[in-house]
Amino acid sequence: MTVVAGVMPKAGVSALSVEKVSHAYGARIALDEVSFDVAPASFTVLLGLNGAGKSTLFSVITHLYVSRSGAVRIFGRDVARNSGAALALLGVVFQQRTLDPDLSVAQNLAYHGALHGIRGHETRERGAIQLARVGLADRASDKVRFLSGGQMRRVEIARALLHRPRMLLLDEPTAGLDIKARAKILAVVRALVADEGIGVLWATHLVDEIRDEDHVVVLHNGRVLANGPSRSIIGAAGARSIGEAFTSLTGDGREGGEW
Amino acid sequence: MVSDAVLEGDRPFGWTQRLICLYGIVWRESLRFLHQRERFISALVRPLVWLFIFAAGFRQTLGVSIMPPYDTYVLYEVYIAPGLIAMIQLFNGMQSSLSMVYDREVGSMRMLLVSPAPRWFLLTSKLIAGVAVSILQVYAFLVIAYFWEIEPPTWWGYLTVLPALALSGLMVGALGMLLSSLIKQLENFAGVMNFVIFPMFFASSALYPLWRVQEGSPWLATVCRLNPFTYSVELIRFAFYQQVNWLALAVVAGCTAAFLGAAVIAYDPARGMLMRRGG
Repeated sequence: MTVVAGVMPKAGVSALSVEKVSHAYGARIALDEVSFDVAPASFTVLLGLNGAGKSTLFSVITHLYVSRSGAVRIFGRDVARNSGAALALLGVVFQQRTLDPDLSVAQNLAYHGALHGIRGHETRERGAIQLARVGLADRASDKVRFLSGGQMRRVEIARALLHRPRMLLLDEPTAGLDIKARAKILAVVRALVADEGIGVLWATHLVDEIRDEDHVVVLHNGRVLANGPSRSIIGAAGARSIGEAFTSLTGDGREGGEW
Repeated sequence: MVSDAVLEGDRPFGWTQRLICLYGIVWRESLRFLHQRERFISALVRPLVWLFIFAAGFRQTLGVSIMPPYDTYVLYEVYIAPGLIAMIQLFNGMQSSLSMVYDREVGSMRMLLVSPAPRWFLLTSKLIAGVAVSILQVYAFLVIAYFWEIEPPTWWGYLTVLPALALSGLMVGALGMLLSSLIKQLENFAGVMNFVIFPMFFASSALYPLWRVQEGSPWLATVCRLNPFTYSVELIRFAFYQQVNWLALAVVAGCTAAFLGAAVIAYDPARGMLMRRGG
């Protein structure tokens, strides 16, 4: 493990860099030397089944706890050592619903803005812009309780963008949503990558959300089995689709492949 | 070379940002409190039941002799009022701890912890927010108690009790926060009631003066003297009478620091309890 003390990023620095991250709960190994990068303005899919280690990885990236070994950097800023600077550049949409159902959309945004040290009037201005982006400009004063699941997700995306992060982390953002809501959320996030140059890490187990040009990281049993553009993973596995490639990578009981 | 100057993360999270952050956390907690009317009412009814029923029933049985800070005989209701105030705070502190366990499960605790502010600052802010709510509850109780002839010797007592409430609220809140880092499941609040709230409340000077406990059971009196909650009660009792109980002040301040320190360690990303169970 190389540890760079400073925060001076190199040219072409990754939006997110996960470097040999290992973590264990007691004897159970949750992450085993996981390494991958997310480039700025890229849509990277973290593909894995439940229990693959995605939750642990997200906890480490968001600094809920520090991994036993390895390093996570956001634009070169080490999450464990320089967490304030790293977290300021990171937007997160957690798998669980994290909006306060009794408060209005605007109040939820105001709380998040305050957590990031943004003044009230500024949060209102930014919030209006972000809500418009996700197509909910007219719902600011509604109670969250009255929104649909897909709308709540879009509010969470708007909220995650309030502090202008350069890297966005989404943990199973479409879980439990219908096809239309899923498509809408995917479109919003893909537009962020294209228009704003934000780096996105999109964790999912749904292969139909992946496009050929997306970067895919396959995580299985705490190990990275594949890491590259979707179409080269398909090609290397001799499969017809990323779903087939995923099945052949993970399905036959192999613990890890050579990539 | 990537231009670093444009990245917001490198603006230090200074004291202005922290103040905004603290304000936001207290604001949200108060809003949530206002939305939970049942919580407010039950927080108010609980001590009133003790006051109107328990204390009234014991009025004839228990006389309280002259002892500081009282300079005259007082009714039993007057004696237990500070204990009931401390009880409001104890319940509130533990309830905030419950909400932290709950928050952590629904993810809003995680939301809080991805703020760029230092973690000790976030936890302390959360604590202060809970204390602010508990002080609101206490003053609501004092308004009703006033009509039951429980009042300080002068109106200043309502003001001098405020710092005591803040400190004692911080102590039980920090204890609750420490417990919240150790509790795994929501259901365990029943356990908290049985193993924390009830023993702390009953084995203290809240319901009976220590000298009376001493007469009945010396070992129980010792337990009461070792119970930090006793000092919360006494701190409030004296402050309500515009006096300072220095021993109580020292114990409550010391315990607050110890509990808060332990809670910050328990929530520390590198050492804490969170990682052991997989958050």
